[in-house]
Amino acid sequence: MDGLLQILQSNALESRENIARMLGVSATEVAQRIADYEKRGVIRGYQAIVNEDQLELDKVTAVIEVKVAPQREGGFDTIATRIGRFPEVRSAYLVSGAYDLLLFVEGSTLREVATFVSERLSPLDGVLSTSTHFMLKTYKRFGVLMHQPGPDERLSVTP
Amino acid sequence: MSGSASLRNRLNATVRDIPRSGIRDFFDLVTTVKDVISLGIGEPDFDTPWHVRESTVFALERGATHYTSNLGYPELRRALARYVGKTFGAEYNPENEVLVTVGVSEALDLALRALLNPGDEVLYHEPCYVSYRASILFAHGVPVAVETRAENGFRLTRAMLEAAVTPRTKVLMLNFPNNPTGAVMSRTDLEDIAAFARERDLIVITDEIYAELTYDAPHTSVVSVPGMRDRTIFLHGFSKAWAMTGFRLGYACGPTELIDAMMKIHQYTMLCAPSLSQKAALEALARPKTDIGEMVNEYRRRRNFIASAFADMGLECSRPLGAFYAFPSVARFGLSAKDFSLALLREEKVAVVPGTAFGACGEGFVRCAYATSLDNIKEALTRLRRFVARR
Repeated sequence: MDGLLQILQSNALESRENIARMLGVSATEVAQRIADYEKRGVIRGYQAIVNEDQLELDKVTAVIEVKVAPQREGGFDTIATRIGRFPEVRSAYLVSGAYDLLLFVEGSTLREVATFVSERLSPLDGVLSTSTHFMLKTYKRFGVLMHQPGPDERLSVTP
Repeated sequence: MSGSASLRNRLNATVRDIPRSGIRDFFDLVTTVKDVISLGIGEPDFDTPWHVRESTVFALERGATHYTSNLGYPELRRALARYVGKTFGAEYNPENEVLVTVGVSEALDLALRALLNPGDEVLYHEPCYVSYRASILFAHGVPVAVETRAENGFRLTRAMLEAAVTPRTKVLMLNFPNNPTGAVMSRTDLEDIAAFARERDLIVITDEIYAELTYDAPHTSVVSVPGMRDRTIFLHGFSKAWAMTGFRLGYACGPTELIDAMMKIHQYTMLCAPSLSQKAALEALARPKTDIGEMVNEYRRRRNFIASAFADMGLECSRPLGAFYAFPSVARFGLSAKDFSLALLREEKVAVVPGTAFGACGEGFVRCAYATSLDNIKEALTRLRRFVARR
């Protein structure tokens, strides 16, 4: 992947000037390339990686496996897009294996998520079956471990 | 016999007369200051790749806790021969031309002890790794330092060697990419040095521990220059590229006569390199590109960052091309390298290593390691900028 995208993926708040130094290009060029990525939709947005377990939120996340019937012409895309439009669905992936779609669904209570599954998701045309798993704890998100790293244990000066 | 003075007199004269490493003194000082940002650490800030650590734990569970063959596990030697052949362009027989050691440091010590008779001269280039001079002296050799210079990108030239060679010169030591200067040698540079070594019939010991860490052009090894493999001891290890310093695992490749001699010392002193570290090394060789690639990208970004920041604040610095060190000149501040480092530590709590720790010709320079997080580098450079602006 492009070095610029690698830097932004590890820290989207990095200043244009610092990125420019790291890549050995001008800050103007960095700004232009970012604008271009945004315009082309390669960069879809910027979000903080939050360790929600620390916040004691009233929030439930379910991982839902969905079997669907692919539709003529639209294939999986039509049904996946339809499901993805629900704001409760935070992520949706087409996967290989025993089921087709993998969803991450959020609600404020267990009942709310259950209602979404039974009243919104399952009745959809093309949805054959669902299997819901409630998420208990997050250990790693977007490549970031959620526990705090320990102190640097290296000696402060070494040859 | 009583008292410490008389004990001191009983010491081996060579050992007694070699000073402690300048880095050690500086380390003792740095530990007395709180909240220091250190650019003085000569080891990666990355953790050892997880698959390596995980498989080391597995090896421990499986009971890989016994002596290994003196040369090292045969499967590790085979993997090393493959890696060296593919990466460095010289073929070695894993049966008798590869020796696994306790870090490159042991390998270097073995090579020097295997080769030197008292009085044999060893050419090496300074500024250099802190142990070279001492290792030569411990092996009863005569260290002959050749000074590399900033205006030349700290590269070694044939002319420099011609000026220092004598009929007693037996060995030439090379270390590129270089600690502390970050210098590298191109193939053409190395061909000149190789021609010199052949004409003078010298044995070459090449310490290429930083080989994977180059940022503008791929590394070239002197062993790939025609005619050099059979007069060279190639030293490498896992500390830097794989971030495995604490595993203490290195290796030597060379003609069987030389490896055999080194093995003799190794078997009577060290027996074998630690079994678990050898297992770790074997796992590390399974996917070097993935492990090292990301780290190299990150070092490159930091290198660019630090070089550009030095340029902005008017610190002259030969472009760092390899390893993870920048070696800027601080001569214009009218302080010795040591006084500059002390003042920077005192006033801004940034630790750098005075160039003199790497040889007398390091005077006027400091070593800044960028093997620390970008956040630390940014903060250190902000402080350094402030410090420089005051002078």
